[in-house]
Amino acid sequence: MSDESRVVVDAKGIERILARIAHEVVEHNRGISNVVLIGVRSRGVDFASRVAGKIAKIEDKHPPLGIIDITLYRDDLIRSTEHPPMVKGTEIDFPIDDRHVVLFDDVLYTGRTVRAALDALMDFGRPRSVQLAVLIDRGHRELPIRPDYVGKNIPTSPSESVRVQIRDHDECDEVAIVRARAVP
Amino acid sequence: MSIVGRHLLGLDGMGAEEIQFLLDSADSFREIAEREIKKVPTLRGKTVVSLFFESSTRTRTSFEIAAKRLSADFVSVNASASSVSKGESLLDTARNIAAMSPDALVVRHSRAGAPHFLARHVGCPVINAGDGAHEHPTQALLDLLTIRKEKGRIAGLKVAIVGDILHSRVTRSNLYALRTLGAEVRLVGPPTLVPRQLASWGDLHHNLEEGIRDADVVMMLRLQRERQGANFLPSLDEYSRYFCLTSAALDAAKPDAVVLHPGPINRGVEISSDVADSNRSAILDQVANGVAVRMATLYLLAGRVRDTEQRQTA
Amino acid sequence: MTQNLLIHGGRVIDPANDIDDQLDLLVRDGLVAELAPPSQIKHEGARIDASGCWVTPGLIDMHVHLREPGYEYKETVATGTLAAVAGGFTAVACMANTNPVNDSGAVTEYIIERARLANLARVHPIGAVSFGLEGRALAEIGEMREAGIVGISDDGMPIADGALMRRALEYAQLFDLPVIVHEEDPSLAANGVMHEGQTCLHLGLRGMPSAAEEAMVARDIAILEQTGGRLHIAHVSTVGSVRMLRDAKSRGLKVTAEVTPHHFMLTDQAVLDYDTNAKMKPPLRDATDVDHMIAALVDGTVDAIATDHAPHHRDEKEVEFDEAAFGIVGLETSLPLGLRLVRDAGLSPNALIRAMSVHPAEILNLNAGSLAVGKPADITVIDPEDRWTVDVNRLRSKSKNSPFGGWEMVGAARATIVGGGIKWPPQEAQ
Repeated sequence: MSDESRVVVDAKGIERILARIAHEVVEHNRGISNVVLIGVRSRGVDFASRVAGKIAKIEDKHPPLGIIDITLYRDDLIRSTEHPPMVKGTEIDFPIDDRHVVLFDDVLYTGRTVRAALDALMDFGRPRSVQLAVLIDRGHRELPIRPDYVGKNIPTSPSESVRVQIRDHDECDEVAIVRARAVP
Repeated sequence: MSIVGRHLLGLDGMGAEEIQFLLDSADSFREIAEREIKKVPTLRGKTVVSLFFESSTRTRTSFEIAAKRLSADFVSVNASASSVSKGESLLDTARNIAAMSPDALVVRHSRAGAPHFLARHVGCPVINAGDGAHEHPTQALLDLLTIRKEKGRIAGLKVAIVGDILHSRVTRSNLYALRTLGAEVRLVGPPTLVPRQLASWGDLHHNLEEGIRDADVVMMLRLQRERQGANFLPSLDEYSRYFCLTSAALDAAKPDAVVLHPGPINRGVEISSDVADSNRSAILDQVANGVAVRMATLYLLAGRVRDTEQRQTA
Repeated sequence: MTQNLLIHGGRVIDPANDIDDQLDLLVRDGLVAELAPPSQIKHEGARIDASGCWVTPGLIDMHVHLREPGYEYKETVATGTLAAVAGGFTAVACMANTNPVNDSGAVTEYIIERARLANLARVHPIGAVSFGLEGRALAEIGEMREAGIVGISDDGMPIADGALMRRALEYAQLFDLPVIVHEEDPSLAANGVMHEGQTCLHLGLRGMPSAAEEAMVARDIAILEQTGGRLHIAHVSTVGSVRMLRDAKSRGLKVTAEVTPHHFMLTDQAVLDYDTNAKMKPPLRDATDVDHMIAALVDGTVDAIATDHAPHHRDEKEVEFDEAAFGIVGLETSLPLGLRLVRDAGLSPNALIRAMSVHPAEILNLNAGSLAVGKPADITVIDPEDRWTVDVNRLRSKSKNSPFGGWEMVGAARATIVGGGIKWPPQEAQ
């Protein structure tokens, strides 16, 4: 197999998306006094942290930022044939009761990751609301989940995959569609 | 490639990468104990059976809490009260347990190698919760996790293990892992319990203060009372005169040395109360870390697909 | 009825008569009748083509447990002697730890009768030293002697009482019987389950130190020096025992010794993974001990190879290591393991046959171990190149407790002849 990739969002595009979502979050919640951001490991964390930086510039105040690891809540854990994936841990060192939680993930696909993240979140308290921000929505939902903030809708086929690179997790900002191609 | 083997029978032969992986995983599980809701759904629908041929409330309880926090069903078989006391062989016990299709088996047995025997005969992962004088891998992992938390590293540390080294499964498991991770191990106790044949395991010391001099970690072992009867020592009193860790003796170790003990402690025999209750003692941290280590172990072993299912989906 | 038989084309190795040559051998009326260069013997009738094979005096395993009477679920005289002939043995000496113990003429006679009915290898019972193997009162050795014992031993149970050992060595002189000793100081062995060494420390099992064997070897040699008589040390396993043996022999004491194939072939590392088929007494020792066992066989310090064939039921071995029975079967793997020493360790074919036939016959005073004309035709035809793999399930012994399962072997008995009759391979019913 060899991979064929096509860049769909470049670094400038990502900057614009981050800025837009920051504004949307502030606007939608009428400020950020009661808003917390939580990134889903791994790239959702960088996504949330970058948006938080932009919000801080708008509002002169950094919103609380947490990390959620959904590994222990996944519904496909027992299907993996190898041993389960590494658990890196959840870091939410502030209460979420009665707060507006904005959950960040890089790619929205079947919705199962978000379902797991919601379950995990509920174990930490009772938020006033949970909103979902995704960098890419590629369709093919299997659960009734819809995002509140979308960077870009990118229709894909299930045989393709979406490769997100985002600083600081990666070396550059870029979204590409990767199609696995059989070697003749 | 899988980093962790199918069973956890011992730390002998386990590579540094695998030990670190287990410790890193365990570290992630510590946070769950601090939550309001100390439960995750990870092992929902999985069954963990504990089979204890030797009573040990604390180890069994630690595994039970770990399993329940992962939402597994935990079934505890007190083997001394079960069919074993009616003369059932270990092989029959193994076959019966296999027929119940558990997802993991936690075994404590007074005979070295009994968990290995079970691992050959039950179709599920086996976790050794202590076999005779052989190994006690989860205890050593929690000790390592505690040391790493306190000291930030394992490599290069001077670790003195004090007490009945000869009969200690805790020592064996710790020794293998500590050496693999680059610690310097000293074994301290009277020559009956630290005989010269152990020289290949580490530096042997028969004097407590010499043995713990400049140590970063002092790991005390529980002294089994039956050792008196077999002439390994004349009396507990005489043992404690030379090998009880008092705060005066502890002055020989580094000022920030941490004291560990697998419990239950014999106050006044191997450790004095002022040391056990001091801020240098990490004994209660060990207990908390024990749950995290056992959660990680169960997650990594019981979270896997069973063999039969694998064959069907393959 | 035995018929005449010509064994032709083979290499006759008969150390007792200094013969090692290409010879044909004629058996008549159950005795060795004639030895002659190839193709010179006129013979009509049964023949065995021994081309490429060794023709040797029948192998003798002077240390086996046939388990009958009392433990027929492990082995019987019939199954044990079938294993014996399959392994090339024309005779075995069986230990007294049956149930009831062979401490009376009646039990001795019973065993001999069972052997007569089985009609395979010859069986020479060894009587108990003490009643019930209890280590207290001397058994009626004279009565057992009259019934047919060839030695006395409490094998399996060490003789802890030094005074009993002294009396046994003295009294046995009345019948010129060897006293065969299992050397183990019970308090030093301290309920150990394997050799006390690095492997044992590693596995967390209770160890039996070499000193447990050596202390008793030293004691018994000292007693022998006082009493005279004949002392035979069963299954020596340590460097120290060999050293004392060598010294005692050099001082002219009548002491002999045997070593088992497992003690010259395996180390205590075989116990790793808690393999109960590596659990026996004396325990498997370390590599230095193994080297010395081989050297002692080569230089003659150790006289005999004996298997300590100890069948145990699966239920007695498929248990925790601590609970498992001591001992392994050995009759069907002894010859190829001995041949390994010929190939790899400089043991001469002559020395191998001495250790597996001539010396056991001498020690037990048997009319065997020689192919001289007129001797009973107990003969083993050995194919030293036959390659085979040990499959424990195909062993003829009733028990399958061998650590050699899966081993590639070279060498096997082509034919085992007892009193002129072919006992192996199995013959068509007549």
